[in-house]
Amino acid sequence: MRLLRADRGRTRPAPAPVALKLLVAGGFGVGKTTLVGAVSEIRPLHTEELLTEAGRPVDDTAGVEGKRTTTVAMDFGRITLRDDLVLYLFGTPGQDRFWFLWDELARGALGAVVLADTRRLQDCFAAVDYFERRSIPFTLAVNCFDGADRYPEDDVRAALDLDPGVPVILCDAREKESVKGVLVSVVEQRFAELAHRAG
Amino acid sequence: MTAGLPGDGPGDGDVRWYDDAAGPVVRPYAMTRGRTRIADGAGLDLIAVVVAEDPAGRPAAALADQTLSPEHLDIVDLTEGLPRSVAELAAGLDLPVGVVRVLVGDLVHAGLVRVTRPVPPAELPDESILRVVIDGLRAL
Ligand SMILES: Nc1nc2c(ncn2[C@@H]2O[C@H](COP(=O)(O)OP(=O)(O)OP(=O)(O)O)[C@@H](O)[C@H]2O)c(=O)[nH]1
Ligand SMILES: [Mg+2]
Repeated sequence: MRLLRADRGRTRPAPAPVALKLLVAGGFGVGKTTLVGAVSEIRPLHTEELLTEAGRPVDDTAGVEGKRTTTVAMDFGRITLRDDLVLYLFGTPGQDRFWFLWDELARGALGAVVLADTRRLQDCFAAVDYFERRSIPFTLAVNCFDGADRYPEDDVRAALDLDPGVPVILCDAREKESVKGVLVSVVEQRFAELAHRAG
Repeated sequence: MTAGLPGDGPGDGDVRWYDDAAGPVVRPYAMTRGRTRIADGAGLDLIAVVVAEDPAGRPAAALADQTLSPEHLDIVDLTEGLPRSVAELAAGLDLPVGVVRVLVGDLVHAGLVRVTRPVPPAELPDESILRVVIDGLRAL
């Protein structure tokens, strides 16, 4: 965290870093915040986004037409990779009705992690669909909760009807080493895509 | 630019022009005095990096501007010599991202902060940067 260090000289503006982002998607309570926290140099921070566009779905309970808005919570963490390079990880809201919010989050994202729990695999269908349709590289990470049966990767792949190119990794969202591997696999897909285009 | 800064709109007497206790459903007008569009902070991504202008380079008029809210000044303070993303500012000030966008937009117009986005949101970094990302993650 060298760049954002508080004791940095305050006499001249520091050069602003290049900021990159990865998304962490998946169903409710699947471990998104835990995964972000496992690798972030800061405790995951909480933000709220205000949804304002008329006609867009608002909270079911609102049931009111017009320009009301709702807020949606996101968590994020930060990894300073180099003085001038910072990677942000955004845990995106799992609720389907906040799809449209993902467009903003997904814009410019390097890629995504879709976190799945084999006991509730259907909870990640929406996220898989979303990234597939937009050709955003993603890795399907199966969070191995204690007590959940371990399915072979191929079973998960078949159940989700994933493209052969989508990596499926069994992980523990609490373990830094495990999460690192997941994140690397996401960025590697983007790297391969560029290399392929160039060559 | 001073037009459109908080303080110009109705309800100037309000000390706080947003409401922490608004709960999950709030009226946008209450949050940003009706300025729900981000024309003022146009295109400000969550990871856009905000940094205060060098004190020497700040327009004196902007600093004396009575219409700047405490939250505006907080943002200038927080980003003095310390670049911070819009998301970090929102988290640090406990404000919705949309509100921070508007405030940052005001400050850019006032010449008090700069927003830098070395990688435009629609573009992706080149291979050399991705290589640094991959190696950096492995070395964590
Ligand atoms: N045993 C076990 N527990 C986990 C694992 N990952 C997360 N948990 C626990 O599961 C619960 C939910 O994790 P979160 O990280 O909050 O899940 P989330 O996806 O951010 O949840 P929402 O933001 O509410 O959708 C927490 O109590 C975690 O401690 C894991 O790999 N193994
Ligand atoms: Mg969470």
